[in-house]
Amino acid sequence: MGGSGSGKTTVLRLLGGQVRPQAGKVVVDDKDVHALDQTGLYALRRRMGMLFQFGALFTDMSVFDNVAFPLREHTALPESVIRDLVLMKLHAVGLRGAHALMPAEISGGMARRVALARAIALDPQLIMYDEPFAGLDPISLGITANLIRRLNDALGAASIVVTHDVHESLAIVDYVYFLAEGRIVAHGTPDEIRASELPYVRQFISGSPEGPVRFHYQADDYASDLGLPS
Amino acid sequence: MTRLVRHLGHLVIDGVAKLGYAARLFSALLGASGTAFRRFRLVVAQVHFIGNFSLVIIIVSGLFVGFVLGLQGYNTLQRYGSEQALGLLVALSLVRELGPVITALLFAGRAGTSITAEIGLMKAGEQLSAMEMMAVSPVARVLAPRFWAGVIAMPMLAAMFSAVGVFGGYIVGVVLIGVDDGAFWSQMQNGVDWIEDVGNGVIKSLVFGVAVTFIAVFEGYDAMPTPEGVSHATTRTVVTSSLAVLALDFVLTALMFSGT
Repeated sequence: MGGSGSGKTTVLRLLGGQVRPQAGKVVVDDKDVHALDQTGLYALRRRMGMLFQFGALFTDMSVFDNVAFPLREHTALPESVIRDLVLMKLHAVGLRGAHALMPAEISGGMARRVALARAIALDPQLIMYDEPFAGLDPISLGITANLIRRLNDALGAASIVVTHDVHESLAIVDYVYFLAEGRIVAHGTPDEIRASELPYVRQFISGSPEGPVRFHYQADDYASDLGLPS
Repeated sequence: MTRLVRHLGHLVIDGVAKLGYAARLFSALLGASGTAFRRFRLVVAQVHFIGNFSLVIIIVSGLFVGFVLGLQGYNTLQRYGSEQALGLLVALSLVRELGPVITALLFAGRAGTSITAEIGLMKAGEQLSAMEMMAVSPVARVLAPRFWAGVIAMPMLAAMFSAVGVFGGYIVGVVLIGVDDGAFWSQMQNGVDWIEDVGNGVIKSLVFGVAVTFIAVFEGYDAMPTPEGVSHATTRTVVTSSLAVLALDFVLTALMFSGT
């Protein structure tokens, strides 16, 4: 958890091996991600699922084909089995009835759920969510939050949720890391975070403009910028 | 003055870096082509898409270029009383030069831009990142099928252009102006060599196909993932590939026909 620009998404991209660290190393499942060759990295990624902020569905394929994509690419299953698997995954996110639609025909919240079905198509051990709640209405938001928790428990997977939606996420997660300016500034269980006295965490939870995070971007003196005598 | 030098240096360094990136992508593309050929269905779908897209414009342009060749060729040839050679002139111009070159230029404008825009928008919508995170290489799954489809479609389109162009020359020369029918075809049959003319034309169109499609694929993959980034990339596809086609044509013509 953390404000915009605090480095949350970068952490996910580091874990997935999409960007290289300038210093240090990234270890996932006892493997140094950036020491792996392409084959090793792809083998590791097959055990990860990632949900992108706006779903990133393939716009030239139907909902069904989107969810079937990882299955068709990575398995030699017959088409009838793929059909059953896809419908099961879509049923889990409540969109079995929408399998014939194109991504342009469904709402943003539905697209996110389709993307979620696609991310879990290969039953990953680690699921990463990049801002899964951004731009959702309160109902879709609640549905998505519960879905993330349910799927995590059903798959027996580990989930990393990157978000700035404090209340929704505190309700579903087991442990919280607070990021600010690329560093971990606080961590703990949801209860510990709610009770935290750290000014940064307090400001974040209360949503107050006053505190260590400033509203104004760093600037010259206001009066002198406008050419007024100070 | 220093700013000029700095700007110039910047341009050179950027250009060299881009060239190096393109070379690396080209070798990655060739390396990843195994998947495209093992799942040839992907390539076939793209040949259908790219080829069908360009069919109308290629046929119509070929017909009109043939018309013009018929008219201009007759005008010049009849001064020397050799209008019987019209068929030969039309066929040689088309098969050696105009077929491959004009097809490649039209192909860049019609299919190249759509390849660039499609890949650029897939990148902007994080679709390529999503694919990478699913352990599917976008170079193998998206770029390679489009590249090979373009390489396969180009010679076919060029052949179609030349065929329709010859027919256009026939309509104007024989049907409208009245050049002798038999002379038109027999001169063409005797004068056009399979290997020297048709073969070299096919090689040209293959080379242009590689150049235009690779530039289109590269510009899309290299595009800034924003609306104006994709629009710039599309423009660059047309400009770069047109210049590349014309330059390559000069080099190839010099290599192929300078001896004869």
